[in-house]
Amino acid sequence: MTGSLASRERATAAVPPPPARRPAGRWLADHLVLLLGILVLVYMFVPIGYIFALSFNQPSGRGATAEFESFTWSNWGSVCEPEGLCESLKLSFAVSLTATVLATLLGTLMAFALVRHSFRGRSASNLLIFLPMATPEVVMGSSLLAMFVSLGFDGVLGFVTIVIAHVMFCLSFVVVTVKARLVGMDARLEQAAMDLYANEWQTFRLVTLPLAMPGIVAAALLSFTLSFDDFIVTNFTAGQSVTFPLYVYGAKLKDFPPQLFVVGSAMFLVSFAVVIAAELWRRRRSTWSR
Amino acid sequence: MAENEADAGKDLRLERLTKRFGDFVAVDDLTLTVPRGSFFALLGPSGCGKTTTLRMVAGLEDPSAGRVLIGDQDITHLRPYKRPVNTVFQSYALFPHLSIFENVAFGLRRRGVKDYQQKTRDMLELVQLGPYGDRKPAQLSGGQQQRVALGRALINEPGVLLLDEPLGALDLKLRRQMQIELKRIQTEIDVTFVHVTHDQEEAMTMADTIAVMNHGVIEQMGAPADLYENPVTTFVANFLGQSNLIKTNVIGTSGGEIVLDCHGQKLAVAAARSHADGRSAWLGVRPEKIYASVAGVEDRTDADVLTGGRVTDVSFIGVSTQYLVAMPWGQELMVFEQNTGSRPSFRNGDEVDLMWAPDHAFLLDADQDAHAGMMRPEDRE
Amino acid sequence: MSAAPPSPAPRAAVDGETSRRRGLGWLLLVPGMLWLAVFFLFPTIQLFFTSLYDPSGSYEQGYTMTWHVMNYVDAVTDTWNLFVRSFAYAGIATVVCLALSYPLAYAIAFKAGRWKNFLLVLVIAPFFTSFLLRTLAWRTILSDQGPVTSFLQTIAVLPDDGRLLATPVAVIAGLVYNFMPFMTLPLYASLDKVDHRLIEAAGDLYSSPIAGFRRVTFPLSLPGVVSGTLLTFIPACGDYINAELLGTPKQYMVGNRIQSAFLTEHNYPLAASLSLILMAVVVVMVVLYIRRAGTEDLV
Repeated sequence: MTGSLASRERATAAVPPPPARRPAGRWLADHLVLLLGILVLVYMFVPIGYIFALSFNQPSGRGATAEFESFTWSNWGSVCEPEGLCESLKLSFAVSLTATVLATLLGTLMAFALVRHSFRGRSASNLLIFLPMATPEVVMGSSLLAMFVSLGFDGVLGFVTIVIAHVMFCLSFVVVTVKARLVGMDARLEQAAMDLYANEWQTFRLVTLPLAMPGIVAAALLSFTLSFDDFIVTNFTAGQSVTFPLYVYGAKLKDFPPQLFVVGSAMFLVSFAVVIAAELWRRRRSTWSR
Repeated sequence: MAENEADAGKDLRLERLTKRFGDFVAVDDLTLTVPRGSFFALLGPSGCGKTTTLRMVAGLEDPSAGRVLIGDQDITHLRPYKRPVNTVFQSYALFPHLSIFENVAFGLRRRGVKDYQQKTRDMLELVQLGPYGDRKPAQLSGGQQQRVALGRALINEPGVLLLDEPLGALDLKLRRQMQIELKRIQTEIDVTFVHVTHDQEEAMTMADTIAVMNHGVIEQMGAPADLYENPVTTFVANFLGQSNLIKTNVIGTSGGEIVLDCHGQKLAVAAARSHADGRSAWLGVRPEKIYASVAGVEDRTDADVLTGGRVTDVSFIGVSTQYLVAMPWGQELMVFEQNTGSRPSFRNGDEVDLMWAPDHAFLLDADQDAHAGMMRPEDRE
Repeated sequence: MSAAPPSPAPRAAVDGETSRRRGLGWLLLVPGMLWLAVFFLFPTIQLFFTSLYDPSGSYEQGYTMTWHVMNYVDAVTDTWNLFVRSFAYAGIATVVCLALSYPLAYAIAFKAGRWKNFLLVLVIAPFFTSFLLRTLAWRTILSDQGPVTSFLQTIAVLPDDGRLLATPVAVIAGLVYNFMPFMTLPLYASLDKVDHRLIEAAGDLYSSPIAGFRRVTFPLSLPGVVSGTLLTFIPACGDYINAELLGTPKQYMVGNRIQSAFLTEHNYPLAASLSLILMAVVVVMVVLYIRRAGTEDLV
């Protein structure tokens, strides 16, 4: 078993890379793909440009839709001016952070259980994890609402019910993300740690957890994004509470205050800066994950 | 540390060790003693149970039955981190998120050794990686990673060092170099090495004692030269080097020799080299032990001679020329001849006689498969 | 240590340990599983019962269970065109999404070199901002006075009084845009795993790069195509925001109907049967699709 593995490794190593062939037409083909890719990227950024533009818009009066009229800086200074906007942001942050922590914790534990432990009912577990991902949000939202109502919770719909719902739909994504990382991990690394006098807990803390971390962080970021941006499920489970997406949705009745676009632009800038900074830091720190 | 030094003075003993995976018996009632300070190789094809044996010694696999002892201490069911045993893993299993220094220091720090920094620096010097302490494993070459893996295990001064195909991921040239280096380090620090490999040449280069494993049991154990010159099973005869196995009938004994009939021709083999008890037996001769001469020219009474051969294939491979010689009963025998240049080589169709010294042959039980242990060409290095 | 008696360790201790580890597996799994059971499985089962209530009841007065299977028949006869439209829109959007995402993912995986990570960040960056705001931005871009409509009118693709907003085109465009990263990222992940030497070998064996792509690169990226199309198609089927903000009731999808049945009309039996039909159809389609594509290890 191990012998064949070793000889296979050698066999692949021994195959010399085929000589590079570069017919003239290939250059165009190569760069055509790159060009198409860049065009698609540009397309993806068009609405972002509009959101930035609209954040400097001064609508002339009531009834205006989201269309550019005249330029002003003032929206950026008066984000909280539209009634309830900042409250909705606060609620969204609170919901997303709570849901992210819970979903990442529960989902990571589940991923460890599924990858590292054997037990009966594994395929039933996998099915239960897969189903929420194959269920349209509107179904999840409506069924949860129906349950809350039948349990007499309709009076207390709000933070708690939103968090419950968000953890529910984030969980599957966390499990899948962390599992992918764990499956790709070499089990021999943990055996090596045990061989080198690390007990089970030390092995987990010093080897397993650091190696699983990129997967866990990715899962947490994904959860936060899914939760913060969720409208459909939230719409069913929020009761009278208003998260930011619900606020935006409701604002179509109040001619879309331009401050919405200020928030949108700021969200973009902040997360972009955070991701770029993290990438630069990672690059400076090491190259081991490559 | 003191307890490890004490452990270094003890033999590794496996007593009736067995490992079953469901119905499959990976290791079958294995008993052996590895003397302290020796370089011991477990050699065998894929799936023969050698790696499972190693993992049971390391504590990574729980035996179904039997015991593992170091000296008198039973370590059969100790957790891996409680054993005075360290492992150099196949493809190394270096911690990718830790620097080379942290990798090597890992074991010492887990055991709370105070001056681990100095010891780690010394070990990095020993494995010639002094300047690389701050790098990550991915930034080192295969050979350097191999030395990190070795240093990371050796720094703990284990009673027994286990090596699981340690050179498997290296290219041929580097592997030869590392074989010599491993042997040097082992001699220098006097630690028991247990080395698992499927590469017979690697085992013979490094080990003082080789145990050839097949289907979960040890076929034969001994010094490399003994195993090669006097194999006791067809598996060993074919797995270590190459052998001609010729069907013969035992017709009697005469003065310490067994007399054989081989398709009408009379042959002899030293009684001490007979491992057969039936009436028919396989007579084994290594191809390089056979001397081919032009038919009817030489008549040696002190040698075994087979006449009536005809050369059917000639391969010139530099140091030697390898012939296939078809015998009257249809079998083709291999004959290797050193290219000393003292005589011209044979050509296809030449009639030859084959001869060898009776104490270069060996006799094996006829109820064994003559092809056991032969590797398909793609498995050969 | 040398003083330790050479007594064999009791087997029971080891067996106890394995069962402890199995117990640990359950312990890790159970909290999350409970969450899914209580807040996903249970509501779904309850939804099933709701869908069989007597439709003459009401939210205020309560419902009685009459195993009223006709709810499903009513739901289908009432809204079959919404189902057809939903799956058509979602299907078209998924195909367009794949067509747009593939070159992008391919370019990042094979052509980006050291800019790989940066480009990946750019792919997800537009989605750092709110889904609804992006859709609102599209509403502006596609509006009657907007640049796209004027341009298409100038080059006479659209008649002078033609519009984009409030048409199926706008709704599908919105779906495409909003679910792009769900397509691009899995595609990238599987393309990135493809051994570049295989592609070179393909170039060596099949003379044309197109044949090489068709026979080597694309089949190897199939797991990404499968998960990408699923991750796009499933949410697109149930979406109702794009239809609501970019379309008119003429473009409404099943999601719109479920939402209004639940939240506006409080007609729970109807809403429940619609939800279950949608879920069942999607799950069946997904399972058939996964079977056909041969990648069952999606989870």
